[in-house]
Amino acid sequence: MILRVIARFLVSLFLASVAIFLLLRAIPGDPARVALGVTATDEAVAALAEQLGTNRPLVVQYLEWVGGLLTGDFGVSLASRQDITPLVLDRAQVSLILCGVAMITSLLIAVPLGMWAARRADRPDGVAVSGASQIGIAIPSFLAGILLVTVFAVQLGWVPANGWIPPNEDVGGFLQRLILPVIALTAVQAAILTRYVRSAILEVMDRDFMRTARSTGASISEALWRHGLRNAALPVLTVTGLQLTSLIVGAVVIERVFLIPGLGSMLLDSVARRDLTTVQTIVMLLVVFTLTVNLVVDVAYRLIDPRIRRSA
Amino acid sequence: MAVLLSAVLAACSAGHTASQVGRVAGEDALVVGTTGAPASLDFTTTGGAAIPQALMANVYEGLVRIDESGEIVPHLATSWEVSEDNTVYTFTLREGVTFSDGTPFDAATAAFSIDYVRDEWTNGLKSQMDVVAAAEAVDARTLRVTLERPSNRWLWSMGTLTGAMMSPTGVDQLATTPVGTGPYEVARFSVGESVSFTTRADYWGQPAHQDAAIRYFADATSAVNALRSGDIDLVWAMQAPELLDTLPEDVTVEVGTTNGEVIVSMNNDRAPFDDVRVRQAVAHAIDRDAVNQVVWEGLATDTGGAPVPPTDPWFTGEDHLPFDPERSRQLLADAAVDHPEITIAVPSLPYAQNISELVYSQLTDVGFEVNLTSVEFPAVWITEVMTLQDYDMSIMAHVEPRDIPALFGNPDYYLGYDNESVRADLLAADTAADPVPDMERAVATIMSEAGALTVFNQPNIVVSSPGVTGINPTVVTDALALAGMEKS
Repeated sequence: MILRVIARFLVSLFLASVAIFLLLRAIPGDPARVALGVTATDEAVAALAEQLGTNRPLVVQYLEWVGGLLTGDFGVSLASRQDITPLVLDRAQVSLILCGVAMITSLLIAVPLGMWAARRADRPDGVAVSGASQIGIAIPSFLAGILLVTVFAVQLGWVPANGWIPPNEDVGGFLQRLILPVIALTAVQAAILTRYVRSAILEVMDRDFMRTARSTGASISEALWRHGLRNAALPVLTVTGLQLTSLIVGAVVIERVFLIPGLGSMLLDSVARRDLTTVQTIVMLLVVFTLTVNLVVDVAYRLIDPRIRRSA
Repeated sequence: MAVLLSAVLAACSAGHTASQVGRVAGEDALVVGTTGAPASLDFTTTGGAAIPQALMANVYEGLVRIDESGEIVPHLATSWEVSEDNTVYTFTLREGVTFSDGTPFDAATAAFSIDYVRDEWTNGLKSQMDVVAAAEAVDARTLRVTLERPSNRWLWSMGTLTGAMMSPTGVDQLATTPVGTGPYEVARFSVGESVSFTTRADYWGQPAHQDAAIRYFADATSAVNALRSGDIDLVWAMQAPELLDTLPEDVTVEVGTTNGEVIVSMNNDRAPFDDVRVRQAVAHAIDRDAVNQVVWEGLATDTGGAPVPPTDPWFTGEDHLPFDPERSRQLLADAAVDHPEITIAVPSLPYAQNISELVYSQLTDVGFEVNLTSVEFPAVWITEVMTLQDYDMSIMAHVEPRDIPALFGNPDYYLGYDNESVRADLLAADTAADPVPDMERAVATIMSEAGALTVFNQPNIVVSSPGVTGINPTVVTDALALAGMEKS
């Protein structure tokens, strides 16, 4: 059982690595030419391709790349000629902090708010929460980001407009610069999750076991806490997993707006430079992240819902 | 989730050097913001303007320096003598100059630097050194360079990146740790984000006023926002003139000229632009003043259509190709091409896209059938337009100083301009005592044949916070010299 899950995980990784590698070689633009720019000569391009190793057979290049990944060596950038391992880890850390904080604040807002909206679905305040979450979903996070910068950084001058300071260097500065991008990401994520929590709770409240629980004398809150949440958690967990991966990938735009040195902005720069090693490594990391989150969600499912364990 | 986050936080307090892009240098340092980040610090193997802009004059210096008026003045060489036939240069080198790694600068290291360009560089600009036959150290303070033929351009280029003096012990880590004789050394290079410099106490000349940094932005808006937040002190080469009206009262705006000629290129090898009349029709159809207004709100400088920056000695200011749609229609009629169909390969750069829309309507107006296609820059543009030369028309800023020979003296270049007499004039200008008359003649010929149209010389808009002095917005070489600027 576990072996099958792991085998599927590994096969997916292998297929993804081949697809990423080949697709990148198919797009136009020779890395050596891009590096040398408008003043390049053909001899110079050939010499650089030789130095970079981009003129070797694809199989050799692929095996070298994958072999490196397996040993924790992400390779050498075609643009900067530097080992990208420390840089990618640095950038990944920044993206994870940003998205992790945004996900936690989203959940902290969405779970209580969604429950509130579900329990008061036919009251004005419940409808208001539900309506507000619709608006939140409709606003793209980059637009929210630009508006936040305009109001709170440019007009009011309360916080810096952009940039990033690592928490271990200056916690105050870190929080100051974290707040706007987190709000921009959270606004949308919290709105989406609120809707899922609300509908999951609404569905659960109509179920037989809730009525049974109520008939034993439990209040609505008690019944929800004891029986409802665990059942409502399944769809919410699925959506949280999906949202987390889309958050990491989607943070590219927010990182651009707020000049945050995460994986997303590095990916964009590397694509423009045809730094194929860096691009394929970052995309591969995102694939690993996505597959891992799915794996974790899968396992968490089994923990929350004993029925899945038994049927398996 | 919380576990993941705390693991991440633990990882970063464990001593990773995560990139910092708040204020990238201390409050006392001068931080300059600009666009176009370098991918590496090694211009020996990477082209483009970003690396020499950051390093020349700051980290690397040449035997000679190009001053603000474009004149060649002594620098690491205190003087030089030229042989009768103008082919042997004997430089007397400055004493007491050291590289930032401590090695002394002498004639041997100078000869090494010249040989290194010829043997090791892959940057296409290494061809500037092709004319050198030999470089040898006569004694510790005397360097003799023998040229294959006289060349004015060679001495001038020794004030640009190919003339950068490098130490034999300092070339293993060029991509991250450049070693030069300049007033600064690189303290930290954060790829895509910033380069920080510390001043050198052992610099041979007037030391820089303070530490400095250059920080790179994806667009002008975020750079200006960072200026407001106090993260940077100055925006260099600001690309969005429409933001100037929104700036706070106390900032200073200065505008200078650059070496960037924005060229509307026409593939001279291919119909319909293999007909000189069709090229002239294009040149007379485009209202350069309107283009300047749309793209730069009039802050750019008109060069009369010629690929000559206003700071070059052969700049005349003559309007070679005046806006005249009537004449343009007549030329098309003379060429007997009815509604020629052309495609503009527009690189994905904001200025090129703005220009292309105006050029589209103005060319359509005189009878061209124009198509626009967007081409990703740099990767796809360099492959399709520059290398394969599979294009009709394009738009591109050419920023290398004194690049007329590269653009119009080489028929294999993507412009496809091929004129024997222009090549003869360019060669004569290179060898003559006074290059100006020959250069003027070459430019006049190129313009009479409308080899390509320069729509404007790009302005350098510099926006600075109060207290920053010593800014010279006019760009003559490939360097952004930081040492002259001071922040109080």
